[in-house]
Amino acid sequence: MTRKRRRLYFVLLGLLGLGAGTALVLTAFQDNIVFFFSPTDIAAKPVCAQRCTIGGLVAAGSLMKEGQNVSFDVTDTVETVSVKYVGIIPDLFREGQGVVVEGRMNSGVFMASNVLAKHDENYMPPEVADALKKSGRWKEGEPLPAATKSN
Amino acid sequence: MIIELGHFALALSLAVALIQSSVPLIGAARGNVAWMNVARQAAVLQFVLIAFAFATLIHAYVTSDFSVVGVYQNSHSAKPLIYKISGVWGNHEGSLVLWVTILAVFGALVAVLGRNLPPALRARTLAVQGMISLGFIAFILFTSNPFTRLFPTPEEGNGLNPILQDPGLAVHPPMLYFGYVGFSMAFSFAVAALIEGRVDAAWARWVRPWTLAAWLSLTLGIGLGSWWAYYTLGWGGWWMWDPVENASFLPWLTGTALLHSAIVVEKREALKSWTILLAIVTFSMSLLGTFLVRSGVLTSVHAFASDPTRGIFILMLLGIAIGGSLTLYAIRAPQMDGGGIFAPISREGGLLINNLLLTTACATVFLGTLYPLITETLAGGRISVGEPYFNAVFIPLMVPLFLLMGIGPLLAWKRGDLGGALTRLKVAAGISVGAAAVTMLVAGFALADIGGAFGIAMAAWLGASTLIEWGERVKFGRSGSWSRIVNLPRAAYGMTIAHFGMAVLIFGVSGASAWKTESIQVQAPGETVQIAGYGLTFKGVEELPVDNYTAERATIEVKRGDNIVAVLHPERRTYVQPPTQTTFSSIHTTYASDLLTTLGEAEGENGAYVTRFYHEPLVPFLWYGILLMFFGGIVSLTDRRHRVGAPRRAPASAAMPVPAAAE
Repeated sequence: MTRKRRRLYFVLLGLLGLGAGTALVLTAFQDNIVFFFSPTDIAAKPVCAQRCTIGGLVAAGSLMKEGQNVSFDVTDTVETVSVKYVGIIPDLFREGQGVVVEGRMNSGVFMASNVLAKHDENYMPPEVADALKKSGRWKEGEPLPAATKSN
Repeated sequence: MIIELGHFALALSLAVALIQSSVPLIGAARGNVAWMNVARQAAVLQFVLIAFAFATLIHAYVTSDFSVVGVYQNSHSAKPLIYKISGVWGNHEGSLVLWVTILAVFGALVAVLGRNLPPALRARTLAVQGMISLGFIAFILFTSNPFTRLFPTPEEGNGLNPILQDPGLAVHPPMLYFGYVGFSMAFSFAVAALIEGRVDAAWARWVRPWTLAAWLSLTLGIGLGSWWAYYTLGWGGWWMWDPVENASFLPWLTGTALLHSAIVVEKREALKSWTILLAIVTFSMSLLGTFLVRSGVLTSVHAFASDPTRGIFILMLLGIAIGGSLTLYAIRAPQMDGGGIFAPISREGGLLINNLLLTTACATVFLGTLYPLITETLAGGRISVGEPYFNAVFIPLMVPLFLLMGIGPLLAWKRGDLGGALTRLKVAAGISVGAAAVTMLVAGFALADIGGAFGIAMAAWLGASTLIEWGERVKFGRSGSWSRIVNLPRAAYGMTIAHFGMAVLIFGVSGASAWKTESIQVQAPGETVQIAGYGLTFKGVEELPVDNYTAERATIEVKRGDNIVAVLHPERRTYVQPPTQTTFSSIHTTYASDLLTTLGEAEGENGAYVTRFYHEPLVPFLWYGILLMFFGGIVSLTDRRHRVGAPRRAPASAAMPVPAAAE
């Protein structure tokens, strides 16, 4: 086999690998990318009919539990979204603290499939921090704003 | 005072790094032996200075000197000694000092052990190491100084994040860093070879032990991280495609590819420029890993160190290191001769496909990890790319890799006989199909079990064909096979063990992914829950004050039928300083499967708690597999041929334009 021929094989092989990789990535991206919205985004336009995550603070006094049926409000201090969840909420879930919820919107209520609480006292999920910053209620380094239900 | 000496030593080492990165290069270009030898002295001196700086930092943590900002922020006098020490690298500044310390260790090792290296190659390699060192020491001194004092001196420190107070995580960062930094050796050798404009079999023989050492550290480091996540994060997961995990996995993928392509360079003098490129890419991935973790740019459960300004500095470092080396590569690579010719179906061909699949896998993981960052920068929207993406992309790439992993070692160099190899692997194929059939039979022919059965078939295929290859090599069962078993080179045993370890790992992953069951509930004392044939009775919770935390300790009785097989005590720990809670799971293992229990929060007044139970079949095999791979690497490293400095350049290529070193 000549050197040229061999090189051709390898280039073809490389292209095949690249093509297969690209095809895999594109199909996977189509199905598996999850968008993040703040409560303000949700209020502004009808998004997230399929699957997304939302984040913000758990509004104080909004948590209701009835067995495994849980409901609470997520707020970025401008807008608020009601969330329903069936299951046991994570340990570090607290009213007034940051939370990220996966799920979808269904007639104005966010049906959660997964609730992720932050994992220690000082940690604020970056999405939540962004949502709060965007709403103009919180700047880096300041203490966290109080989340109230009336707001 | 001591801490100022440490600071001073680090500043001095910056000057030494400056000399190490320039003088030997000029010396090598001019053929000046004295200037070239500066590299060795500088490397050793740098090691002494940086080790001293690191020691002063450890001293400050051990003696709880809270006048040092880092100690105040990350340590506490009531902490056990091991976590005082691991606290040194549990934060951004300290972890970078650990990084350069390990870099200095590697540099000094080359200087001391690399006596037989051609002086010019050694000088250039050490000079490149000096440049990396220069960048990182400057980064520490100018943006992340761990020696900063605090006035007035606080009485007590803030404490280390309790989630990091764990023996697994105390050794996880050093192992990982040994891997990352170890790949800097391959990088330095590659850049030195590019400057020299020559790569040959001897070069590959020098690079391989360093790459192997880095690879096995990284393997163990990733394994430790995974193990830690498994038993502390409290949901029984061992891999979640978290960006920080991916950051360590990217260099592992390309490093594994490098390990294999270096063999081709050594045995056949082919794939030279590809190997050089892989060395550059692997170290770039290591740098990127440091960057991703240390700048906190990505959403991650590990986001405990974040400061974007430092990120910009690291980004510049990355730009110079990657951009510079790739530019050099673009200029020099076309001048390198092509090397040995081989047919597509041959050992080389197999290793090339291995490389292709591993680098493609690396590229897809890379894209998935950085895609959220790219869209956020360009479009402003936030998205997340989660586990489903990685599973959908990664698994299809691994399946052909594992199939070929069975066949490749049976192919001859240069021109292989695929038909012959497949004939010899008939038994392996049979075992594989049999394993799948048995799995389906045990699982009850449910459609949901096909994935798991397929994985187990893969594991059986790889395990069996690895053993068959070993059997062929020693002509097992024929006369004289015993002496062949004894005399087989350790590098060959290393491969067999590591490949078999991979098979064990696949076995574990398949089982753990396919048949994990979980049960989350509120349990009042005395209530029993059934999971996977076990009955778990919640007996209640007691509070126990320990050193620096209070534990809520549950007692859970595990019954199989009527026999009590274990009494488990999962805990929730509330730390005093910093005020944080962690979960501490309790595991009953049969060494083939685990029953993992964690304790949640109290519910109501009657002593009821949230409890989480996970049955994790075959998870222990994950750890066995990783240990086997690590052990295989060690065995291979002890091979005489891999001993650093042992090989000499072939006489044909010994005509160096440089006089031999004085010693």
